[in-house]
Amino acid sequence: MTMRAPSSELPIEFDGVTVAAGGVTILDQITLTLAQGRPTVLIGPNGSGKSTLLRLAMGLLAPSRGRITWGGLDNVPPLKRAIVFQHPAMLRRSASANLRFALRAAGIPRAEHARRVDELLELVGLQALGNRAARRLSGGERQRLALARALARDPAVLFLDEPTASLDPIATKAVEDIIRAVSERNIKVVMATHDLGEARRLAGDIVMLHRGGIVERGAAPAFFDTPQTSEARAFLAGELLI
Amino acid sequence: MHMGADITKIDHNDGICARYLPNRISMTNDVSALHLVLSGDAALFAIVRLSLYVSLSAVVLAALIGIPLGAWIALTRFPGRQGVIVLLNALMGLPPVVVGLAVYLALSRSGPLGAFGLLFTPSAMIVAQTVLVMPIIAALTRQTIEDLWLEYRDELTAMNLGPLGRVAALIWDARFSLVTALLAGFGRAAAEVGAIMIVGGNIEGFTRTMTTAIALETSKGDLPLAVGLGLVLIVIVIAVNALAWSVRRAGERLAG
Repeated sequence: MTMRAPSSELPIEFDGVTVAAGGVTILDQITLTLAQGRPTVLIGPNGSGKSTLLRLAMGLLAPSRGRITWGGLDNVPPLKRAIVFQHPAMLRRSASANLRFALRAAGIPRAEHARRVDELLELVGLQALGNRAARRLSGGERQRLALARALARDPAVLFLDEPTASLDPIATKAVEDIIRAVSERNIKVVMATHDLGEARRLAGDIVMLHRGGIVERGAAPAFFDTPQTSEARAFLAGELLI
Repeated sequence: MHMGADITKIDHNDGICARYLPNRISMTNDVSALHLVLSGDAALFAIVRLSLYVSLSAVVLAALIGIPLGAWIALTRFPGRQGVIVLLNALMGLPPVVVGLAVYLALSRSGPLGAFGLLFTPSAMIVAQTVLVMPIIAALTRQTIEDLWLEYRDELTAMNLGPLGRVAALIWDARFSLVTALLAGFGRAAAEVGAIMIVGGNIEGFTRTMTTAIALETSKGDLPLAVGLGLVLIVIVIAVNALAWSVRRAGERLAG
C-alpha cells in the first residue's frame, strides 16, 4: 500500500438525505460533508442511524429523499471505497484466500496477488495465520482480517462500523493501531462507534447522531471539551440517551 | 417382451417364495453368497458395474441441472417462488414407482419421447433416476445457497461483484455442503428399485441392477446371489456415507 494523493471520491456530500422504511424514519434530513483528513467518528446510541449513514456513504443504500455525491458526482461505483461491517462475514476459505478473493474482485492483476497478500497480512499482523480457515480465527483476528480485506481494494475511503465492539482491550488496541496506520497513509477513515474512549483516541472530528438526526458536530477536542448541546453533554456524561 | 416375462415371473413366484423361504435360508446360502462376492463372480460384478454406471450417471446429470436450478431459485425473486420451493421440497420424496411409471409413459413407443427407443435400456434407467435425484440436489442446493447468500450479501455487494462472480463464489463456498447433497442423491439412486424396474425391465445382462436383481432372485429363491448383492449394496451405501462424513470433516477443517 502506498501513500495516496487526495482522491476524487472525496468530499462525500450529503444534501438533505432522508431514509425511511416501513413508515419509520431512520435518518432525517442529513446534510454533511466528509472531507479528506483525520478520521471522522460517528457517535450516538444504538439505533441513532450510524450504520445507515455508513451504508449510504458507501453507496450500498439509496436515500429515500435528498442527494449524495462523491467528489461532486452522483452514483459513483464503490471502486475506491471499502467497508468493514460490524459483523464481517468471512468466506469459507483460508485467511489468504479471503484476501485473494478481494484482490480479484477489485480487479488487481493476478501477478500482484502473492505480494499484496503478504503485505496485507503483515500490516494486520496475521503473517503466521495465512493458511488458517478464516472462520476459525478468533474475534480479534477476524476483525483484523476484515480490515486487510477491505484494504485489498486499495480504497481512498474506508468505512468502519463498530470495528472493536465485543473485542477485549488487547485486540482493540491492535485494531486501533491499524486504523491509525491506515489514516496516516491518507486513507480517509469514517467510523461508527458507541465507545467514547475510542472516539477520543481516534477522531479528528466527531459527528453525533441521535434519533436519525445530527445533534452536534465539530473538531474532536472542541466537542469533548465544550459540547454545545444538552444531548452531547448528557452522552459525554455517560447518561443513557433514549 | 423380456420385461413382461420377468414381471409375470415375479408375481407368480411371490407366493411360492413366501412358502419356501424359511427352509431355504441356511448357512450354506450365506457362505456361498460370500463366496460369490469374494471370488469376484463375473455375473455379480457385471450387475454391480451397471448399477454404479446408472446411478452415477444419473447423479452427474441431476447435478448439472439441479445445482444451477437451485442456485437460480435461491438468488432470484419471481412470482410463485414460494410455491416452487414447496413443490421442490415435496419432490424430494417422490415415490420411485410413480417416477418409473411417468418415465415409462413418456418413453413408451406411443409416448412423447417414444421415437428415441429408450425404454428398457440403461439410458431409460438413467433418465428415471435423474428425475428422482434432481429435486433432492436442487432443493438442498437452494437451501444452502440461500443461507450463504444471506450471510455474504453485504460483503459481496460491497466488493462490487457482478452476478456471475457472486454465483461462482457462493457455489464454491458451498462446495462441501453440495458434495453432501450429491452423495445424498447417490444414496437415493443406488437404493431405489421401483423406477428402474419399470423403465429398465430387469433384463439379464442388460438392465439388471443390484436392487432389481435382489428383488427377482429373492422371489425366485436364489438367495446366494440376492444376499451377495445385498452385501455389496450395503458396503457401497456405508462407503458413500463414510465419504460424506469425511468430506464434511475435511470441509470444516479447511474452510471453517
